[in-house]
This record gives sequence, structure tokens and C-alpha cells, in this order.
Amino acid sequence: MIVEAGQLALTFAFALSLLLAIIPLYGSFVANPRMLLLAKPLALGQFLFCLLAMLALIYAFRTNDFTVVNVAQNSSSTLPWYYQITASFGSHEGSMLLWVLMLAGWTALVAQFSKALPLLLLGRILGILGVICVGFIAFSLFMSNPFERSLPFFPVEGRDLNPLLQDFGMIMHPPTLYMGYVGFAVAFAFAIAALMGGRFDSVWARWVQPWALAAWLFLTLGIMLGSWWAYNELGWGGWWFWDPVENASFMPWLAGTALIHSLAVTEKRGTFKSWTVLLALAAFALSLVGAFLVRSGVLVSVHSFATDPGRGMYLLVFLLLVVGGSLLLYGMRMNSVRSQARYQLFSREMMLWGNNIFLLTACLIVFLGTLFPLFHKELGLGSISIGEPFFNQMFYYLTIPFALMLGLGPWVRWKQQQFTPLVKPLGLVFVAALILALGVLASMQSVQANLALLGMLLGAWVGVSALAEVMLRMRQFGSVTQGLTKLNASHYGMTLAHIGFAVLVIGVAMTKTYTEERDVRMQEGDTATLAGYQFTLVDVYDLDGPNYGGQAAELDVRKDGGYVTHLHAEKRFYRIQRTIMTEAAVHARLSRDLYVSLGEELPGNAWALRIQVKPFVRWIWLGGLLMTLGALLALADKRYRRKTPPATTQEVANA
Amino acid sequence: MQPRRQKRLFAIVLVIGLLTGAVAAMLYALQQNIDLFYTPSQLVDGLGEGKIKPQVGQRLRIGGMVVEGSVKRDPDSLKVSFDLVDTGPLVTVIYEGILPDLFREGQGIVAQGVLQDATTIKASEVLAKHDEEYMPPEVAEALKGIKHVPPSQQPVSGSY
Repeated sequence: MIVEAGQLALTFAFALSLLLAIIPLYGSFVANPRMLLLAKPLALGQFLFCLLAMLALIYAFRTNDFTVVNVAQNSSSTLPWYYQITASFGSHEGSMLLWVLMLAGWTALVAQFSKALPLLLLGRILGILGVICVGFIAFSLFMSNPFERSLPFFPVEGRDLNPLLQDFGMIMHPPTLYMGYVGFAVAFAFAIAALMGGRFDSVWARWVQPWALAAWLFLTLGIMLGSWWAYNELGWGGWWFWDPVENASFMPWLAGTALIHSLAVTEKRGTFKSWTVLLALAAFALSLVGAFLVRSGVLVSVHSFATDPGRGMYLLVFLLLVVGGSLLLYGMRMNSVRSQARYQLFSREMMLWGNNIFLLTACLIVFLGTLFPLFHKELGLGSISIGEPFFNQMFYYLTIPFALMLGLGPWVRWKQQQFTPLVKPLGLVFVAALILALGVLASMQSVQANLALLGMLLGAWVGVSALAEVMLRMRQFGSVTQGLTKLNASHYGMTLAHIGFAVLVIGVAMTKTYTEERDVRMQEGDTATLAGYQFTLVDVYDLDGPNYGGQAAELDVRKDGGYVTHLHAEKRFYRIQRTIMTEAAVHARLSRDLYVSLGEELPGNAWALRIQVKPFVRWIWLGGLLMTLGALLALADKRYRRKTPPATTQEVANA
Repeated sequence: MQPRRQKRLFAIVLVIGLLTGAVAAMLYALQQNIDLFYTPSQLVDGLGEGKIKPQVGQRLRIGGMVVEGSVKRDPDSLKVSFDLVDTGPLVTVIYEGILPDLFREGQGIVAQGVLQDATTIKASEVLAKHDEEYMPPEVAEALKGIKHVPPSQQPVSGSY
């Protein structure tokens, strides 16, 4: 019964989304305020029914209702309760429902928290979000129904959740990632609504910015969690594989990063308008490309869902309609938009423009690298793969100028900046960064001309420069303590996010350079030495988990005779899915990770083990976390919460 | 309007310069990082209409089913060798390291490596998908229209 109620709720949500897609948009053209006012209740109702549908699905999973195909294929009665809940979005159908719920959630949030928006604009924004909701709810309802029953024949036991997904990271990763993907739909809707009305100014940018920041925040966190999860669950000790699906999440992230920077220019200076709109369209379009790549099965990846050409076709058509329609509107309307502001070559505007160029070049590289094998195959030239070295090499070339510019950018004034006043402070920053980088590497006794030195220098340059800049701005208010409260929250957010980038660069460079890895054959009592650490295999014994068996290995780690830690690595065999999973043992410190994964059993009572010492690998995720916190701080800025815009476009432009 | 034009010109030149540089670097990097995919029969008979055979020392990817009973391990190290098959001849893969969790005889795998001699590949990476029934799509394509026989029951040619 509950399952049928869920189906019904989703159908109601579909009906409401249809109304939301039609009534307010129509009302906006015939200037009917009553139709526009309907947008908010429709958006809230749509969210409510989507929520009910999701709850019904979770109920089916919790009660082990194996008559539902989705439950039978992705859950089992032995699965722990928390994984039974997360299994509800572990399959294609369930994750699509989660996607729809998030989309409806964002729509409801826009409806609830946009009192300052003019009624006409709000109606249009919600109407456009309604159109997108129609597309996705219809997809969920007609192409991938999560509530489908298999009566009269049904299994007595389910096939269990894919063991890869039975992990804490997997509880968090998909919802955050989807929040990010779907969140860019809001910026997209703002852009389309503005294209319809023809109003682009700093006020518009200030309305969009918090939504773009929120989506970016979730996407950053989601990607970071995914990387952390892969590190712990895949047993290779890698944190980024340039897998097509990872790339699918990275592309909207790059476009989204460009968007929040370009929005800053539009807000502060009233320029870059058409560029910002294009980025808002691109960020969401790339999210759709990602959905298409993951769910159509055109690309092979560890992440891809069970494939179905019909679904892929639906998503492709939807993607083409969204992209085609929005570009058409853009082409028709953007001619009339002119940016008046003037700026010189050396100015904040140009720095941010450079930032956008680099980010979009990166996006283009990822796009080509991901889709090139697909084109190559479709053209009949044979199957190829593009290896990690391609991406690594390209990002190496891009990061160097990008980081150099990032250290300079925040110091440069809007409109025009003279070189001379910057020479002294930036010279000091450079010297400080040099001392810091060499100091750290000298303490590790490894000052060499290598990637680590370069990464340290660039990271220190960006980090020190960001800190020095914020200190200088504080001092402009008198003293540092006085400035502390005077500076905008978004300024601190920017500084924190830039430091996050610096930390990330250092982490990547150090891990890439100094990771030591060995695959060894060990019997109980054997010791293997790596990077000064002695790993002793103490014991290997059988495991007995709720839905898995397998083996566990116990290791002691010593360094210079002193005891460091005890490690516990598992190799699990999930009984129902008959799948083997590696649970790596990780001993984490800020300066290094000790990482051991248990391989297969070898003849002669021995085991294969992969041992790794990875310096600074934590910094990669720490960097991502700092960027997320930076976005959170920026969101807290008071200016996004002002009821009435205090300054008109003209005033801002003249300021 | 002079400085404005100058700025525009600079911007355009910069964009074109960056774009050219990026595309050139990208093509160069791509050229070095494209690995062609072969099935064991394609490796032996040649790929495509021109029947182009890979050269010794070439980087490539190979996908096929692991022949039952062909996995041989070195007792003192992690060295391992096994044979791959699709529809015809066998190809030997040698590898040192930990095999993926789902590596099993009779299972489809993909190996990335360097061609050592006409039918031997020294693999740097062995991939098996996290799915019991997984077969590399290229292998599935090569097997299309042919009744699926487990590799153990296939007529084995060669000296193994």
C-alpha cells in the first residue's frame, strides 16, 4: 500500500510540476499577478509530494518488501539498517528519485527565501525550474520507475546492495553531489528568467550569487567525499583516477568556479554580463552532460549504472532541448545587453577574466579527454583509452600560471592598478613563500628541483599572498582588530577558499612526488620496510560480518625501533553478491598516511599486501574542505540577505 | 576609444595565443597518451581493414577472458602470468603485483601494458570490473553472434 502511495505521490508531484511549468510562465506574459502568486504554493506542494515518494521508497527498503524490483535488486534482509536506507538511492531508479527530490527541494527553497525578488522574476524563475522538474519527474516516473513491482512472482531474499556502496562515504557522497549538480539549475533558471526580462545588473548578480555559491559548496564537498571514499574503498590508495564519471562531476565544478568569479565582476562592476549568463547556462548544461554520461552507458566506468539505450536517448534529447533552447534565447537577447564599465589592462576585471579563461580551458581539456574515446569509436577508428598521464600533464601546465595569477589577483584593484605600489608587498610575500617552501622541504631533507618543490612554492605563494592581503585590508580600517569585524564575510570566504586551493596544490604535488608503494608477499611474522617504516604482519584470521565473510590482517608498524601504530586491513567477501571488497587500513597524520591493503592469498600460506606511505595526502581533502568552508563563509555575507537593494546599478557603477 | 581598442586587441590576441598553445599542447599530449585497444585475435591478426599489427614496445590495452588453468604464479614473489582469449589465439600477459579483487579464471579483464613480443604483454595495470558478469564491451562485440562458451571449453591452440 505504502509503495502505491509513493507512486501516487510522485504522480501528484508530476501534475504539480506541469502546473508550475505552465501557469506562472503564462502569467508572466499576460501580466496576471494571481497566476504568478500560484508559483510558490505549487513549488512547495511539489516538494512535499516528492518527499512523500522518497519516504515511501525508504519504507519499502526498511520493510524488506522484495515484491518491489528495486528493493529486491539492491537490498537484502541481512543488510544493516543504515545501508538499507542508503540503498534506496544506490540504484539508477532510486538515485533518480533522489535527484528529483533535490531539484524540488531547491525549487522550494527559492520559493521560500526570495521575498526580495520582484514577483514577475520569481514567477519566471520558479516556472523554469518547473519545466526542468517536469523533465526529470517524467523520466523517473515513465522511464525508471523506482516503485515497480514484480508480482505475482517475487524473490524471498534480495540481491543485496553493491558492496562498494556499503560505506559511510557512500551515505554522504551521492546526496551532496546531487545537491551540487541540481543546485546549478537555480542559477540556470535565474539566467533564463533574466534573458526573458532583459534585466541584467549588479542587483541581479547579487540575487544569483548565493545560489551559485551554495551549489558550488555542495559540489565541492561531494567531489571531495567521493575522492576520500575511493581512497578508502578501492584499495589502490588513489584519490583521483580521471575516470569518465569523475570527470563528469569535475566539468560543472570548473564551470561553476568560473561562474562565481564572473558573478563577482557583474555584481561589483556591472560588467561581464553576457559572459556570466553564458557560464550559468554552461554549468547546468554540464551537469546534464554528466547525468547523461553516467546513466546512458556510453562510457565504461566503475560508476556507471546498468545501461539502457532508451534512458540514454531520453536524457540526450532533454539535454539538447535545454541547451538548444537556452542558447537560442541567449542569441536572441544578448545582442541588446551592453556593458558600460571601463577598465584597464592591469585591473581586477582582467585578472578575473584570466581566471575564467584558465578554468574554461581546463574544462575543455576534461571534456575532450572524456569524450574523445567515444568519438574515436563512433567514427570507426577503433577503441582507445586516454590515460591519466594526458590529464596530469595538461593540468600541470595549467596550474602553474593559474596559481601565479591567483596569488596576484586579490591585490589588484578594480578598473586600474599601478604596478609600483604592489612591488614591495608582493616581493615580501614572494620571499616569505620561498623561505616557507624551502624550510618545509629542508626539514624533510629533500630539497630538489622536482614537482614537490614547485608545488610547495606555488602553494606557499598563493597561501601567504591570500593571508597577507586580508591582513592589509584589515589594517586599512585602522588596526587588525578593528578591521576584523569590518571586512565582509565574503572577503574572508574568498581568502579561505584560496588558501584551500593552496593546500590542495601542496597536497597533490607532495603526494605525487613522495609516495612510496610496494606490493609484497608476506607470511605471518614477515617484516617489510618502506620509507623507514617497518610493517610486520602479525596475524591473518577469518572475518564474520552481518552480510560478509573474508579475512583480516593485523600489522604492527615500527619506525627506528619505536612502535608507531597497529593496522587492521580487511578483505571482505559479500555472500549474496559474491563480491570481494578491500577495506584498506589507514593510519592518518597531517604529514603522511600509512596505507595497507590486503590482496589475494598466495600459495604457501602467504598473502599479497600493498603497502604505501603517502606524505601530505590528507592535504588534498583538507584543501577541498577549506574551499567548502570558504563558500559557507561567503554565503553568510550580510549583503545577500538585504531585503531591498540599497544601491541602484548606477550608483554601483559610479562607486 | 584608443585604449579600449588596444585592450580589445590585446584580449583577442591573448585568447588566440592561449587557445593555440592549449590545443597544440593538448594534441601533443594526446598523441602520446592514446592507447589502442586490442582483443587477443586483433593483437595476433592485426587491427582494422589494414590489419595493422602492434609493434614490440608499443603501449596498448588488451581485453579478453582469462583462460582457465592458465594462471601461473611465482612462488617467491608477486609475479604472475596468465593467458587471455576471445575467439581465436591466446595471448600471454605477465604482471607483477596485486591482481584486482574480481580477477578470476574465466572472467573478462582489461590489461594495460607494453607489447614484449608478438603474443606477450607486460602489464602495468590489470583491471576487472566490479561486476561478476562483466566482459569488456569490445570483447563482447567480438563475440557477438558466436555462442558463448566458457573459455575452459574452447578449443585451445598453441603450446599451452
